[in-house]
Amino acid sequence: MTTTHLNMGPCLFNWAPEKLKDFYFRVADEAPVDTVFLGEVVCSKRQPFFAPEIPEVAERLMNAGKRVIFSTLALVMTKREMALVREMCEMEGMMIEANDLSACAQLSGTDHALGPFINIYNEGTLKVMEQQGAKHISLPGELSRHSLSALAKVATADLEVQIFGRLPLALSARCYHARSHGLAKDSCQYVCDKDPDGMDLDTLDGDPFLAVNGIQTMSYTCANLVGELDDLQNMGINHFRLSPHDTDMVEVAKIYRDVLDNKLEPIEATEKLDGLMDGIPFANGFYYATEGAKAKGAIADFGL
Amino acid sequence: MKTEKLELVCPAGTPAALRAAVDAGADTVYCGFRDATNARNFPGLNFSREELGEGIEYARSHGSKVLVALNTYPEAGNPDPWHKAVEDAADLGAHALIMADLGLLAYAAEKRPDTRRHLSVQASASNPDAINYYKNTFDVKRVVLPRVLTVPEIAALNREIDVETEVFVFGGLCVMAEGRCSLSSYATGQSPNMNGVCSPASHVRYEDKGNKMVSKLGDFTINSFKESEAAGYPTLCKGRFVTQDKASYLFEDPTSLNAAQYLPELMEAGVTALKIEGRQRGKAYIAQVVAAFRKAADAAANGEAVPPLGLERITEGQRETTGAYNKRWQ
Repeated sequence: MTTTHLNMGPCLFNWAPEKLKDFYFRVADEAPVDTVFLGEVVCSKRQPFFAPEIPEVAERLMNAGKRVIFSTLALVMTKREMALVREMCEMEGMMIEANDLSACAQLSGTDHALGPFINIYNEGTLKVMEQQGAKHISLPGELSRHSLSALAKVATADLEVQIFGRLPLALSARCYHARSHGLAKDSCQYVCDKDPDGMDLDTLDGDPFLAVNGIQTMSYTCANLVGELDDLQNMGINHFRLSPHDTDMVEVAKIYRDVLDNKLEPIEATEKLDGLMDGIPFANGFYYATEGAKAKGAIADFGL
Repeated sequence: MKTEKLELVCPAGTPAALRAAVDAGADTVYCGFRDATNARNFPGLNFSREELGEGIEYARSHGSKVLVALNTYPEAGNPDPWHKAVEDAADLGAHALIMADLGLLAYAAEKRPDTRRHLSVQASASNPDAINYYKNTFDVKRVVLPRVLTVPEIAALNREIDVETEVFVFGGLCVMAEGRCSLSSYATGQSPNMNGVCSPASHVRYEDKGNKMVSKLGDFTINSFKESEAAGYPTLCKGRFVTQDKASYLFEDPTSLNAAQYLPELMEAGVTALKIEGRQRGKAYIAQVVAAFRKAADAAANGEAVPPLGLERITEGQRETTGAYNKRWQ
């Protein structure tokens, strides 16, 4: 049987540098993950805080046998943001995950990774990107089983799917965290740091709906494809992304590892994960080509 | 890099709207086929092959051009409808194809190299490196800029690229980076990228709760209106939601874009073309908006002040914004 890989996606939230450093050190020492993605993906304003820590963190992870991939910004508008992306793409000997076409442009012709912010919806696009050197592709969360399966049939790159964590749904020039606090983006006071899992956004009826993370809008629900892991492997997808949350991510990784190793049933795993996610419901609707907020199969009792 | 005269690119969801746009002075009209190959895949809208052929002929005989939007992302395992749309639009004489998907751009560049390729706003190319990538890889001639950039950012961008730029000046306003938004499919299972629809009418319900009218999209309440208020359409990102115990239009008020005041600056910034949103609109709306922007664009070209458009009464929710063109919007 092909080896399966659990990977730790980039932290999408604004965590304090010390917290983030501790998180990665613990991942290095204890988490059963193969690849760890580093770098600020959501907001260029947050980038300077953790940047000084990255060399040490990367070294620690690599010494622990993890593969490290650097993730670039998802929305690149200003000269400064452009420069940040260029600088990252020029790092010698490191694998870079592009999250915007500007990074793809820099990386074309060299081996690289593509993040879920690059729109790979079909075989034609997959081929274009593979020809340009994409070797590891984390697919958009919106793709259904049908699409994933069609892509897996023809892919030569490793395909990855996010199996845990709130899903990125949208990006904007506007910062909704700042706006909610009555602040402008330029003078945001970094208020997104108050919500280490994102800020809840409810409907007027009080039903949870979405989560705000700076310029990013995410699902309120936490993606959980624990019941679909066998199916994914059968179609040839063997890389599974965990998106970091403010919980015991080492434990989360162990739970999924146990399911992949057939030591734990998806239902039991879901109960354990539920205990770690503090009541945030699970969803897998996109996989079933229905509303992304829906929960089916193993997680049906743990949905919205 | 200053533009001498801005090209006016106008929407048409029906043959009647196409003729109305041409008659009102559109330099260019854009439209789509009647299926999921374009991002306005609404019931009763868009063109059959025959209608498009006639529309192109009508436009050509009046000195206008027709662009065909093929700006959704082809479904995996099912490329044929998109490939056929490229072939048919080229055969029918479309001036250019507006596309977002890399695979489709590659297909069009290879199979129909002589038909111009424009990069759709749905590709959300917001910086020089991304835009130059599309130019160098697929020989894209024009890029429709995402609605995330300020006017000075557009000016700076135009200095670093060798491609025409087209910007939205009027109509519905995406507040998220276009083509990178799955909010609609999260709530309804249908998205702009995959199905060519956002907040589709098939998933909209209005519930009368006695003293208020609630609008819902799928299972989620998007807004609630008192009896005295008009109940607006529940476009997801224009809804009223609660964060930190406060109800607000967090993403965007129910406004529409009107950037007429920026026309002189957009010319100065080197923009080639102005785009009006609204393929879902009727011919009367199209005629009125196109005529107003024809005057505005001509005034700007003559160095005169942009006249009042007189469109206040037809804009969504009666409110307007200049969107991201003004940095304060962020």
